[in-house]
Amino acid sequence: MKFLSEYRDPELVQEYIKELHRITTKNWTLMEICGGQTHSLVKNGILDMLPEKITMVHGPGCPVCVTSVSVIDEAVWLAEQPNHILCSFGDMLRVPGSKKSLLEAKAEGADVRILYSPLEAVELAKQNPSKEVIFFAVGFETTAPANALSVVHAAQQNISNYSILASHVLVPPAMEAILSDEANVIDAFLAAGHVCTIMGLDEYYPVAEKYKIPIVVTGFEPVDLLQGILMAVQQLEKGTYTVENQYSRAVLREGNKMAKDTIEKVFSISDRVWRGIGSIPQSGFEVNERYKSFNARLKFHIDIPFAEENKECISGDIMKGLKKPKQCPNFGTKCKPEHPLGAPMVSSEGACAAYFHYSSDTIAQ
Amino acid sequence: MTNQNSFQLSCPMPKFDFDVITLGHGSGGLLTHRLLQSGVFDILKNDMLDQQHDGASFLLEGKTAFSTDSYVISPIFFPGGNIGELAVYGTVNDLAMCGAEAKYLSLAFIIEEGMTMESFWIVLNGIKKAIDKAGVKIVTGDTKVVERGKGDQIFINTSGIGIIHPKAHIHHDRIEVGDQIILSGNIAQHGIAIMSKREGLAFETDIVSDSNNLNHTILALINELGGDIKFLRDPTRGGLASVLNELAEIRKLGFLIDQNSIPIDDQVDGACEMLGLDPLYVANEGLFVAIVKKEAANKALAFLQKDENGLNARIIGEVTDTHAGKVMMKSRIGGHRVVGYLTGEQLPRIC
Repeated sequence: MKFLSEYRDPELVQEYIKELHRITTKNWTLMEICGGQTHSLVKNGILDMLPEKITMVHGPGCPVCVTSVSVIDEAVWLAEQPNHILCSFGDMLRVPGSKKSLLEAKAEGADVRILYSPLEAVELAKQNPSKEVIFFAVGFETTAPANALSVVHAAQQNISNYSILASHVLVPPAMEAILSDEANVIDAFLAAGHVCTIMGLDEYYPVAEKYKIPIVVTGFEPVDLLQGILMAVQQLEKGTYTVENQYSRAVLREGNKMAKDTIEKVFSISDRVWRGIGSIPQSGFEVNERYKSFNARLKFHIDIPFAEENKECISGDIMKGLKKPKQCPNFGTKCKPEHPLGAPMVSSEGACAAYFHYSSDTIAQ
Repeated sequence: MTNQNSFQLSCPMPKFDFDVITLGHGSGGLLTHRLLQSGVFDILKNDMLDQQHDGASFLLEGKTAFSTDSYVISPIFFPGGNIGELAVYGTVNDLAMCGAEAKYLSLAFIIEEGMTMESFWIVLNGIKKAIDKAGVKIVTGDTKVVERGKGDQIFINTSGIGIIHPKAHIHHDRIEVGDQIILSGNIAQHGIAIMSKREGLAFETDIVSDSNNLNHTILALINELGGDIKFLRDPTRGGLASVLNELAEIRKLGFLIDQNSIPIDDQVDGACEMLGLDPLYVANEGLFVAIVKKEAANKALAFLQKDENGLNARIIGEVTDTHAGKVMMKSRIGGHRVVGYLTGEQLPRIC
């Protein structure tokens, strides 16, 4: 496949591995932000090929994993109201809320649909004028433009039975939360390529400067990841700390202006509770004042108690890189993909699920 | 309706005095009689069905295999086939995996009130095409109609009986370390063809399902290689990964496959990338996995590659004495990973 096979070239992979072995002199801990990167590292068996001195820890960049229990409960509540259609990306369906998941609500009769694009939800609202159609707008900066665009489209067409339950999260505040933790172990970041395709590089410079930490914006294929790791290790070995762009075939320094404008039009920055990490100030998008009639939270007066996280799940430590999935006493025993204690075991991009499915030495017997 | 216009009717639709199927058509009374008389019996005609008795009676000689499956696919018309063909091929193939040549099938419909006669007729034609291609007879059947909303246009069950080839010796007990794993063609065609037409997922592609009968291919293979073919399975729901995991678990042996040798169509590969699906878990309909004695693997492969169902066949891996009970895959870039069971349904990813 053009633009993919070149980045999966086994010979090129070996060259990068060799170079990494050659230049690495000290122990370094790198965090890849994005769940897609975690998945690719584990699925391709890259972790076992890296020099022993390099430790990869898996960051909080899986939107499914960081969506709080309370937000799942809100979505379930919305889905269960009469005449409601709740639309969601597929992998949110299995995430357990405090009582049930959307998949369980669906089995009990709620109208829950899996869509690939929020614009399809707007169409669905048009086709079902007597029903309320709600889109579960989760994701990082990557999915925000399309979700915002759905609101703009609905507003333009005066579709009043459409709204979104926004639970967007932002990468830079999460990086700062991780770096300011006393127990922080991270020496360098691989920033999430897709997020930067939208947002560009600018917001990462202050982070690199303030915490004196190299940040390499990195893609998702094996060669991308190894090149990103190499660029980060080169900086670490030299003692420099700046923002570099490995994923330049997709990421421009200024990002995607049109996408950013659309986000700005519909969303405002708000505090957000991250599953396993807690509340991080100014770390999410919420529907702004101008489009408040499309905000499902305001439209339906969702009245449910705040739900606590499962205490047995150490997802917070895993997403901050303080622990590896296999260091959790419940990994593969009490907590498995078919009955997850926490979200990293649910999503295919969650660090625990990636280890459970693909990693030979960690899989539970 | 999706793709139904692209289907070439082999029999012109007879004139019915009704446009849609009603509850009355499943009552067993006059309307049922008319529905069967005005089409079903004609199109599926054979000496045993023509008796219109409660059941079929026949003599079978030799060791027999018996299998059943229900078909609830949505949408019922998809690129490369429809639910009718699938219902025949599915059971014929299940019998073939036992080393058996399918002889007789039963056919039961559960139809949702309101299904159009035209759709029903196209499904029937699909069944006709499939039984002719596979060389089997429908010898008994049943039709029920359920209220609107209690079905999804049509559900079909088929059961089949077949005679096992005298040279066949198919059993997972026979699988040993060193045996080679042969895959008969490209993976994930069927699942992606279906998905490309589902509500909300429609994307432009000319991927067609691999839905096909495998009985002639399998029987010829067994005739040629006999007991060297140790095990056969069609990786339908759950895909290749599930079949190999089941075998690894039952036999407590390791299965090692090589990602680079697993054949996949470029478009299907691209669609899987785009949808965030792992092709190892996507359903197939006209594909099979054969576990073959090491020394016979190249001969089996060469034989298969001459067959229309095996043009793209490959040896994709082998049975090992390491990592017992697990399936491992050598990745494209030379790393290794476990290929586990699928948990629940494979759900599309966010980004």
